Amino acid sequence: MNLSSRKFIVGIIFLVIGLIFIIRLFNVQVLNEKYKLDSESNVVRKIVQYPARGLIYDRNGELLVYNEAAYDLMVIPKQVKEVDTNAFCKLLEIEKEEFREKFKKAKDYSRYKPSTFLKEISSISYANIQEQLFKYPGFYVQTRTLRKYPRNSAAHILGYIGEVNQSTIESKPYYRSGDYIGKSGLEYSYEELLRGTRGVERILVDVHNRKKGSYKGGAEDTMAVTGTILYTTLDIVLQEYGELLMKNKKGSIVAIEPKTGEILSLISAPNYDPNMLVGRAVKKNYPILSKDTLNPLFNRALMAKYPPGSIFKTVQAMIGLQAGVISENTSFACNKSYVGCHNHPSAGSVAASVKMSCNPYYYNVFRRILQQKRVKSIFKDSELGLAIWSKQVKKFGFGQRLETDLPSIKSGYVPDVPFYNKWYGEGRWAFSTIYSLSIGQGELGVIPLQMANLSATIANRGYYYVPHFVKTIDKVDGIPEKFKEKHSIDIDRKYIDIVIDGMYGVVYEPGGTARRARIHDSIVVCGKTGTAQNPHGEDHSVFIAFAPKDNPQIAIAVYVENAGGGGRWAAPIASLMMEKYLTDSIATRNKPKEKIIV
Amino acid sequence: MRNYKSIFANVDWVIIILYLLLVFIGWINIYAAVYNEEHHSIFDISQRYGKQLLWIVLALILAFIILLMESQFFTSFAFPIYGVVIFSLLAVLLFGVKINGATSWFQIGSFKIQPSEFAKFATVLALSKYLSILNINMKDIKTKLMAVLIIGLPAALILLQNDTGSTLVYAAFIFVLYREGLSGNILLFGILAILVFVLTLIFGPINIIIIASFSFILFYTIIKYNLKATVISLAVFSIFTYLFYSYDMKPNVIYYGIGGALLLLSIYLFVKKEMKDKSTHFLGVLIFVVTCFFIFSIDFTFNKVLKEHQRTRITVLLGEEDKLVEQIEKLKIERDAEGISKEDKQQLRDDIGAKKYSLRELRQGNGWNIKQSLIAIGSGGVTGKGFLEGTQTKFNFVPEQSTDFIFCTIGEEWGFMGTFVLVSIYIALFLRILFIAERQRSIFSRVYGYGVAAILFFHFLINIGMTIGLAPVIGIPLPFISYGGSSLWSFTILLFILVKLDSERLLVLR
Repeated sequence: MNLSSRKFIVGIIFLVIGLIFIIRLFNVQVLNEKYKLDSESNVVRKIVQYPARGLIYDRNGELLVYNEAAYDLMVIPKQVKEVDTNAFCKLLEIEKEEFREKFKKAKDYSRYKPSTFLKEISSISYANIQEQLFKYPGFYVQTRTLRKYPRNSAAHILGYIGEVNQSTIESKPYYRSGDYIGKSGLEYSYEELLRGTRGVERILVDVHNRKKGSYKGGAEDTMAVTGTILYTTLDIVLQEYGELLMKNKKGSIVAIEPKTGEILSLISAPNYDPNMLVGRAVKKNYPILSKDTLNPLFNRALMAKYPPGSIFKTVQAMIGLQAGVISENTSFACNKSYVGCHNHPSAGSVAASVKMSCNPYYYNVFRRILQQKRVKSIFKDSELGLAIWSKQVKKFGFGQRLETDLPSIKSGYVPDVPFYNKWYGEGRWAFSTIYSLSIGQGELGVIPLQMANLSATIANRGYYYVPHFVKTIDKVDGIPEKFKEKHSIDIDRKYIDIVIDGMYGVVYEPGGTARRARIHDSIVVCGKTGTAQNPHGEDHSVFIAFAPKDNPQIAIAVYVENAGGGGRWAAPIASLMMEKYLTDSIATRNKPKEKIIV
Repeated sequence: MRNYKSIFANVDWVIIILYLLLVFIGWINIYAAVYNEEHHSIFDISQRYGKQLLWIVLALILAFIILLMESQFFTSFAFPIYGVVIFSLLAVLLFGVKINGATSWFQIGSFKIQPSEFAKFATVLALSKYLSILNINMKDIKTKLMAVLIIGLPAALILLQNDTGSTLVYAAFIFVLYREGLSGNILLFGILAILVFVLTLIFGPINIIIIASFSFILFYTIIKYNLKATVISLAVFSIFTYLFYSYDMKPNVIYYGIGGALLLLSIYLFVKKEMKDKSTHFLGVLIFVVTCFFIFSIDFTFNKVLKEHQRTRITVLLGEEDKLVEQIEKLKIERDAEGISKEDKQQLRDDIGAKKYSLRELRQGNGWNIKQSLIAIGSGGVTGKGFLEGTQTKFNFVPEQSTDFIFCTIGEEWGFMGTFVLVSIYIALFLRILFIAERQRSIFSRVYGYGVAAILFFHFLINIGMTIGLAPVIGIPLPFISYGGSSLWSFTILLFILVKLDSERLLVLR
């Protein structure tokens, strides 16, 4: 055999190995993108700059919500080397089991991305931990802010923020694990304005995670943009006063500035201190609040569907007058055989019927509205009448969601033809079946905000703006268009004035049901009481009012559950609220009223 | 005495230019690898790049001295040089200092020297001298034993120093012996055995047995020129395989690819031999049986004979991190199961401990190194990140950047262009050396040339293979490029003796 030919074999082996190397290098360096990303993730650390969340003020510039520094311990599981668990747990003051659990959770989220390991470390332990932290690569401290509520008030309006959940992270790419998001109230509604924009600083680190400079000279860094300041329509002094008045009661108060639809205060009792749902305390307090049988988390002003009771007579009167089925001086005898009533002389006019809140009067008004003998059959006639009636009632904002700027508002309920057709069967119901509606009972469901809106609508003599909380937004021109749109109820002003005369009588004339609503001589209050029958217990006390009579500044609805007649509780509360708002104080002679209530 | 002109008259300038290129590439990349802002001059003697320049200058002086010497010096003093080196290898075991776990250094003041580096060229010289003795024939068993002894003695002494990497270099001599007449089958079987070993560890013995059977049946029936038998046995075998895999895993491209490759190799082997029917029977069956035995012994060797850290190196190479995690989980379940005796529980605990060690090693030790090395090279892309711009290098993600992992710096900062050029320079150098070896008139010079090629090639193979994840982590330098005086000088001496021998090849009488 010619051994010399073996030089080719050896040469070919050299060449083949060279070729294999080149193919492999081509693969690794040219085709494969993974290593480029890995190399970047090795040296580039993103430092997230959390913007301060936007502040919230009331209408007079009082601070309602601000931020306080808190320290979060973050972890990047991939970078964590062998940890002396004992010492580390001791440093953090947690149990070993907790450490394992938290670490696993972080690892499950991502091995490369940072996640929060321990939240809201106090400043004292922060100082301690910061000193020792160099021993634990992969862990670092991030400064964040917590919401603080200096006035301890308006919890239902302001809402609270909490950590984003997994489904939010998946649906909104802006959020990362451990981020905070508005969960309810204004924090929820104006989340995108309040949160600001996160900034990112990219730095280069070496193998020991030491900072070595900025990445690409900071060209890709972004600055954090502080959250926008929100000025609300709320009058925090009035709000606090309302909360005081509603102490130990169930119910709500809504006060609106009629000419703008701005909500001055919105109270749902019982309430809670907004600071209870801040940061780590949430875990402890939330179950307590949600298990409370009085349901303090439930915002009654927006979510509780009540029968409106007699305050609804104002609506019936206006519809009747507009429809021409009654006139200013129509009189009906107070015949208690149709529907119960209290003892009072028969009403000889619409205004008197409002003043005395005569039930049989409105029984007749409603009958006339429904049954106009348009057709022969009383069933068909009622049906036609109800269709027109419910359409008109909805114009007042009843039975529909008032698109205010708080989430989870209810629409209430105004029954219509299809409803009764389904309930009783078509042609099997007539006025006599549904006459409870005439006095605001029956299937009607109204939320307190809608009641206040009714009051504002009457005060405006026929229109309303959707009640809202936003007054101005920093750096943004104006408020959302929907709050500037005038909603007319299509009732002539002269008819509304008749009802207003009645509402004046409620407070000032003999036989009026709410003489306790008077403030003093210079401020004329118009109101209407209601006593909503409640099959589950004592009647609910209801009152709507506005003042002053001419050029009204405030319209209000007060609803106190299980408190009896409207004049007894709701009227004096409304009166005190209006006085507080209009005069900034309570006159001495009204102090006893306040004392009884509080 | 000859003058300067004649010294350089017949030297092979191709080799010298390739050599200077490599040395220069090494120097600037050492500069990049250990670049220090405070000492930014490449001539700063307090830094490795400054020192490397010093070593380069000294190496060039050495090269020049070698060219000045008579080439007869090396042929005459081959055995004495070998003897001195063997002696120094013994001495270093007694008087050497231990660095990184290996007792391979003499220290005189701050100056360190590694005799095992010089043992390389000494062994090449001795082997050349021995094989060039008249009437020596590789076919003789005595010659084979002598050659193995010459190679094995320094290898064994270096192994005693606990320097496994340098010991393995001596395996490269198989190329030299092959050229001088050692049966090609030994080379082929060696390569096949390594292939089967690795494949078995990756795919498990059962799969490899199936592939081996597949190859065997194909080969065997084709040799017998019996198409019918081939088709039938293939059909039976395919059905069997299909059933086997459909219950466990699906047969994939790799399965057929490897089967095909082994098949081609075995066909080549037997067609070449053109054996008679009877011996084909015998040899076919024998190879099959031996292969099966070998395949099963791999599992045993791997799990019982190899030490944990050696096992880890292989698992790192095979990238079996997930497998290890899975095994640990399985063992944990076993450990926590009820009704286990105390001894068994202890045994399981030990096993888990060992596996966890491997995993840690995988993630933080060698595995981490390979990963970072691949990230460095891979992130270089086509054109690289630019000189001194390698983040993996600059921020010390890659270990031993100036010595064993210098290739990472080149890959990261110069990209595929850089690595392609470097690999090409090496291949050109090796082929040039082969060319030079083959044009020698004396057996001594030819054997020496092959020895140089084999040693340089082996370093190239293992070092670059390691950084790109194709070879286990074995700490040996990249010739002419890695930082270090001893290795640079040793490779320079090795290469320039060849240049000297070559320049005087025409003076040698046939």
